[in-house]
Amino acid sequence: MYKSRIRITIRKTILDPQGKAVEHSLKSHGFDLITDTRIGKYIELTIDTGSKDEAERISKEACSRLLANPVMEDYVIETEEVK
Amino acid sequence: MSKAKVGIVVFPGSNCDHDAYNVFKNILNTDTEFLWHKEGSTGDRNIIVLPGGFSYGDYLRCGAIAGQSNVIREVVRFAGNGGIVIGICNGFQVLCETGLLPGVLMKNENIKFICRTVTLKVENNKSIFTSLYGIKEEINIPIAHGEGNYYCDDETLTGLIGNNQILFTYTDNPNGSVHNIAGIQNIKRNVLGLMPHPERASDEILGSKDGRRLFESVIESVL
Repeated sequence: MYKSRIRITIRKTILDPQGKAVEHSLKSHGFDLITDTRIGKYIELTIDTGSKDEAERISKEACSRLLANPVMEDYVIETEEVK
Repeated sequence: MSKAKVGIVVFPGSNCDHDAYNVFKNILNTDTEFLWHKEGSTGDRNIIVLPGGFSYGDYLRCGAIAGQSNVIREVVRFAGNGGIVIGICNGFQVLCETGLLPGVLMKNENIKFICRTVTLKVENNKSIFTSLYGIKEEINIPIAHGEGNYYCDDETLTGLIGNNQILFTYTDNPNGSVHNIAGIQNIKRNVLGLMPHPERASDEILGSKDGRRLFESVIESVL
């Protein structure tokens, strides 16, 4: 059994208005050293397989076919074995 | 009676389906039916409408889950065979998710849900969707969306402009859309997606009937 932790973020080249608004709010709380704030999604997949390669392949396919929209989003997948 | 046979797709969470039905059925006297999202066929319909709303609660991304539904697979096939498809608001988002239209609708630049009447400019009246409008005519149509900020990369935008695919632009961009885009058609010119709601502007009693000619243009195209 494997678990994939997937982080999806809006592409660096695209303005993230939600992140910008939160950043302004952080600044008003005095967090002057925070220079960039971007908001994304976090998804966990539990995958019933004995092979890490297969778990990674399935996770990648799930991202490209449904979980992320390649026009505006990037994603990072971390896969590890779970009991 | 027109040969138009209209199918209005209904997803869980659609909420402009009855508005679209009312325009086609009661105002324009057209043969109109609802198509439930589990339908495996578009039947004898020759115009398909994807209405506004929040299909599947807009979970994951707006339009993403609807884009994988049974009926949408059939709508993609229908469009591939030249069938006419109109996606309004959430329907536009669904069309982008399926790839029938390029680009994506992102969160509005000011992160607010905007619900008000805006002025659109008709950029191209040589389409089956806009033939009854004047070129550069300005029309008043309501918008009601939180994610109507149209985005595509520069190469795609150049293609949209070069192929005259941009049908409607905002005169005063409310949501941050690139090139003020409010509505586009596909390259084959049989699929339209737009964020504004022409079905809410098709009856004088609702304040504007500037949207009605869009539906009349389409119906005329299947005579």
